Amino acid sequence: MNSTASSTAPASETGRNAEHKKVRKDNTETRIARMGHSMLWVDNISVSFDGFKAINNLNLVLEPGELRCIIGPNGAGKTTMMDIITGKTRPDSGYVYMDGARVELTSLSEPQIARLGIGRKFQRPTVFEQLTTFENLELACKGPRNVFKVLGATLNGEQRDRIDSVLKTIGLGELRELRSGLLSHGQKQWLEIGMLLVQDPKVMLIDEPVAGMTPVEIERTTELLLSLAGARTVVVVEHDMEFVRKLAVNRIVTVLHEGSILAEGTMDEVQSNTEVIRVYLGSADH
Amino acid sequence: MRGMVNTFLRMHTTGQWIGFAVVAVFLVGVIPGLNALPEGMALHLPSYLIPLLGKFLCFALIAVAMDLIWGYAGILSLGHGVFFSAGGYAMGMHLMRSIGKEGVYRSELPYFMVFLDWKELPWFWRPFDSLPFTLAAVVVVPALIAFAFGWFAFRSRIRGVYFSIITQALTFAMMLLFFRNDTGFGGNNGLTDFKRLAGWPLAHPTTKLYLYIGSAVALLAGYLVCRFVVKSRLGRVLVAIRDSESRVLFAGYSAAPFKLFAWTLSAMLCGVAGALYTPQVGIINPSELAPASSIEMAIWVAVGGRGSLVGAAIGALVINGLKSYLTAAFPDLWLFALGAVFVLVTMYLPTGLVGLVARIRTRLRERKVQSATTEQTPKTPAPPNAGASGTPAAPVTGEAAQ
Repeated sequence: MNSTASSTAPASETGRNAEHKKVRKDNTETRIARMGHSMLWVDNISVSFDGFKAINNLNLVLEPGELRCIIGPNGAGKTTMMDIITGKTRPDSGYVYMDGARVELTSLSEPQIARLGIGRKFQRPTVFEQLTTFENLELACKGPRNVFKVLGATLNGEQRDRIDSVLKTIGLGELRELRSGLLSHGQKQWLEIGMLLVQDPKVMLIDEPVAGMTPVEIERTTELLLSLAGARTVVVVEHDMEFVRKLAVNRIVTVLHEGSILAEGTMDEVQSNTEVIRVYLGSADH
Repeated sequence: MRGMVNTFLRMHTTGQWIGFAVVAVFLVGVIPGLNALPEGMALHLPSYLIPLLGKFLCFALIAVAMDLIWGYAGILSLGHGVFFSAGGYAMGMHLMRSIGKEGVYRSELPYFMVFLDWKELPWFWRPFDSLPFTLAAVVVVPALIAFAFGWFAFRSRIRGVYFSIITQALTFAMMLLFFRNDTGFGGNNGLTDFKRLAGWPLAHPTTKLYLYIGSAVALLAGYLVCRFVVKSRLGRVLVAIRDSESRVLFAGYSAAPFKLFAWTLSAMLCGVAGALYTPQVGIINPSELAPASSIEMAIWVAVGGRGSLVGAAIGALVINGLKSYLTAAFPDLWLFALGAVFVLVTMYLPTGLVGLVARIRTRLRERKVQSATTEQTPKTPAPPNAGASGTPAAPVTGEAAQ
């Protein structure tokens, strides 16, 4: 599985696309057979902004139920990768497949991808500040997304139960009627995770969940994320190495650098990798 | 379906439903009643005020429609004059055709076609001979314009001030178009000299009273429709789009259809307002399409209280009442007064008159709590965020909605 992580041999810049397409054609069937059981498959994605290559031949495979931590220095392309998976940014080349390579995502819009079952938590907590905690969850809750159906939509008992149980999970039961703009930073982070939970996605992409949290809050968040893995695929992008260390026990960690994968393995393997040390210490020196 | 009925009944608390009923009885019952009192009695409402009040109610309907998209979805339109005029002109065309040969030139054709030396009625005028067609056009034409415009704007994700500027340009372009005689809508002079509507002479007080009642019913119904929308889950999606559009997208909602729905509904209500305005005022001309007219509509909403439908209606009534008084008493001062009111409201009352009332109420309640605590033990906590929860109709407080 890790073999997909190593980049394909660099081709000349101009001919890269054409060549890549030819190779793809030849290999498509065997590749799909191999990736058929994956939940999310990022296939050789590249994107550049004004000549700056934010993502460079990125490959990533996530199994169903996996919890994967992705780390990397600033500008490694972590957020851009999430933007591409969720449809916010269109890649220059490459594909993203979901659910055993049954669906290809790069041609779909953000809401379409979200409805297929990919949920995303932003780096900065983003909730609907003028709505109450409960209303935030109500809108995120799995249900109709069509204008006219939403006009007459009400929560059924099952949905209410789900919202109640999520409120308990994220510890905001007492604050359900509070305008969410008045929640603390950490509470907003949790509410946003709760919104993902009621959305019931197959894949959760979580961008820096513990930024700005107190140690106690970090501990609770760690527990919450660990409890999510297994039932769904969780991708956590994080800066905080202590947090990743706790989260990634016996799990694979991916190190992103300059838009492609630098190393993949357990936390110990990754931390003893000379390339990783060079990149991290190198950037720390400046 | 049952969900809709439930949402409808629950969109007001019992107290709010009673309040609504009181206002409805006042507008539809009490005012015509006062008008029916014999002249000379203290409470008699003179007949000349009836069309004026009717006009105000049309403006209030515009304000409610405008608040639906500005106060809730956060879309500021500076071009709602287009939709208002579309309804107004549609009704005006029918009224022109109802004049018959009684016009100044004693011709079958509308007056301006006579002096332009047109020999026959243009094709797009013909269907307006029919009243049912006209009534349909009053809502369908603004809806089509709004839908087409919104389709491109919202799908291209044009937002905020850019959207506002484009709507302003739209109304300006329409004004230039309608100023031309060749466009076929009476050019500079617009449509006027109306005689009757559905056989009823417009000059007759009874007709005027019925038009007033029609305006009141339209306002009340328009308010109920908008209230239903903002209290439904769709209304919460609109607020969510205003707060964070990308979060809405990643929750699986396409923002564009929701905006398009509210936008088109708003335009239709404005069309109805325009259609009721024209026969009561007796003229519709391109000045309604002037950018300043549309900006004035936004001021009504801002003064009354963005994010509160009742507030928006009150804002329209207050500003227009003030306008009627000032333009008569101090004709030179009106624009200064309007400007001053707008500046003051923007600086000191970001939530408008409704927000002011809510603030006073909170202040009084806090004082009551304080006096209660000083009498007893000094540890009753003040209710947190009483300001926000004290505004029943307004989800918007302070920093909201650009």
